[in-house]
Amino acid sequence: MMRKSYERFIVLFSWGSFLFLSAILLFIFIYLVMRGGGTIGSRLVFGDVSPLDALLLRQRVFDGLLPAIVGTFVLVVLAVGIALPVGLAAGIYMAEYASGWIKKILSALFDVLAGLPSIVIGLAGFSLTLFLHKILPNRIGPCLLISALALSFLIMPYVVRSTQMALESIPLALRHTAPAMGATRLQNILYVLLPNCLPDILGGAILAIGRAAEDTAVIMLTGVVASAGLPRSLFEQFEALPFYIYYISSQYANPEELQMGFGAALLLLVLCGILFVFAFLMEQLIQRRMLR
Amino acid sequence: MRLLSRLSVTVFRLAAFGSGLLTIAVFLMMLSFGWPLLTDGQFFTLLAGEWNPANGLFGIYPMVVGSISIAFLALLFSLPVSLGTSFVATVLAPPPVRRFVLGIIRFMAGVPTVIYGFVAVFMLVPFMREQITGGSGLNILTAAIVLAVLIAPTMIVFFVSGLKNVKPEYCLAVDALGARPVQKLIFLLIPQAWPSIVSGIIMGLGRAMGDTLISLMLAGNSIAIPASVSDSGRTLTAHIALVIAADFSSMEFKSIFACGLVLYIFTVIVVVALRWVSPGQDLRSI
Repeated sequence: MMRKSYERFIVLFSWGSFLFLSAILLFIFIYLVMRGGGTIGSRLVFGDVSPLDALLLRQRVFDGLLPAIVGTFVLVVLAVGIALPVGLAAGIYMAEYASGWIKKILSALFDVLAGLPSIVIGLAGFSLTLFLHKILPNRIGPCLLISALALSFLIMPYVVRSTQMALESIPLALRHTAPAMGATRLQNILYVLLPNCLPDILGGAILAIGRAAEDTAVIMLTGVVASAGLPRSLFEQFEALPFYIYYISSQYANPEELQMGFGAALLLLVLCGILFVFAFLMEQLIQRRMLR
Repeated sequence: MRLLSRLSVTVFRLAAFGSGLLTIAVFLMMLSFGWPLLTDGQFFTLLAGEWNPANGLFGIYPMVVGSISIAFLALLFSLPVSLGTSFVATVLAPPPVRRFVLGIIRFMAGVPTVIYGFVAVFMLVPFMREQITGGSGLNILTAAIVLAVLIAPTMIVFFVSGLKNVKPEYCLAVDALGARPVQKLIFLLIPQAWPSIVSGIIMGLGRAMGDTLISLMLAGNSIAIPASVSDSGRTLTAHIALVIAADFSSMEFKSIFACGLVLYIFTVIVVVALRWVSPGQDLRSI
């Protein structure tokens, strides 16, 4: 009897925990839709300016989210544009060429890089501006380029790891086919191995995009500001969606601004949801291929 | 052709070594900018010292206490819930439901931190203020509760992968003996998956220590050493974010590099501990 009761407690508690977590998720979503759902529309993004004028840069958007959305978009494109090729190359090296103690040391370093809190990466990016400030005559302050660089440090280990894991999990039969027919190592990698693990690499890239899009701590230290307008150059400060949400939560001046904050939060959640669906589809693709 | 393949190897190696060295460069950068503080007062007196810039005291002890108390409290709240959810996702739920449970958990991991913080500012903080702790509602307890929700998916993913990878032969044997699912869980899966469970806990602690936004938005950021969980506190990460706006040459400013160093060293300890607990663990899904 005694044993039955503690077993029942574990079952109940476990289901309770799961329901608790799902309830929180559901609650967050419903709350954001209720408070921010009404703001969703072209006014939220473009403010009082007509969308066409804003997109053609004929008029500046002051009371819309457009600068923050464009800022985040440019930032993510830049960061992923830097991290993806470098991470891919590093991942290929780790899986195909590195061995022995070099591989051990490198993978330990990537583990540390992956584990570093994002604020530490941000601090490193900030130190980089201080350093550049010392050696270069013209002023380079915190700006879009530095933020993108720091963000690419943040997401690079994910790209390296997903590339490496994907390459290492390719079955031996497939791995040896092309070399047996006379292909070089490079040809084997480029024409057989990489195409074969494209979904895994894309999955890793989507994860990286998600991390880059949601991160606030890194950009907070490397050049994001609350109002900068559309990003005009790589060497200027910029706006970003997650930072805007953070800023509104502490500094909102009137109910309208708060409303926009809720709209922005809902927008970011939906964007991350879309990324999640893409990552999920990619995974289905991988699994189907594995079964085949 | 040979030139091309040699060139490509060089490029790959450069990418790998370059990004590996980056990890070391981050450490050196922090060391060099924080150096004046490290030579003026010893690193350890800095760790144990008080924060009082007016009197020239730049100890980061209050922040260390803040970080540790928020992280451990969050872990304390999160661990049972995460364990329970991982049991549901591996054993207790019928198989189709398990996938659904895992899907929800993975989605939770993808929800931006700032959204948890934002919703908590408008829902949890007023609740804490009026019902539980009083004061401003911005305190260690509030931050720890939200952080617990934030780190739960990380831990659950680790627990689930550990519980799932128990040898199928053992599972079949236990099933054949007529064990109920809960018995299988308690007497076979948990003992077998122990290394993964410990890794998950270490990972969760690492994420909790490293998080900036939740404590910045919800813990109140007071510089005094917190005496209870209903006190306002400041974490190392929040301290970096708050001080960065100050002018660049002051000692106050240098102290954030000491915070950075402490966080860096903590990360290294976490990585070493993970490798020691379960060598070759698949860390990809973090």
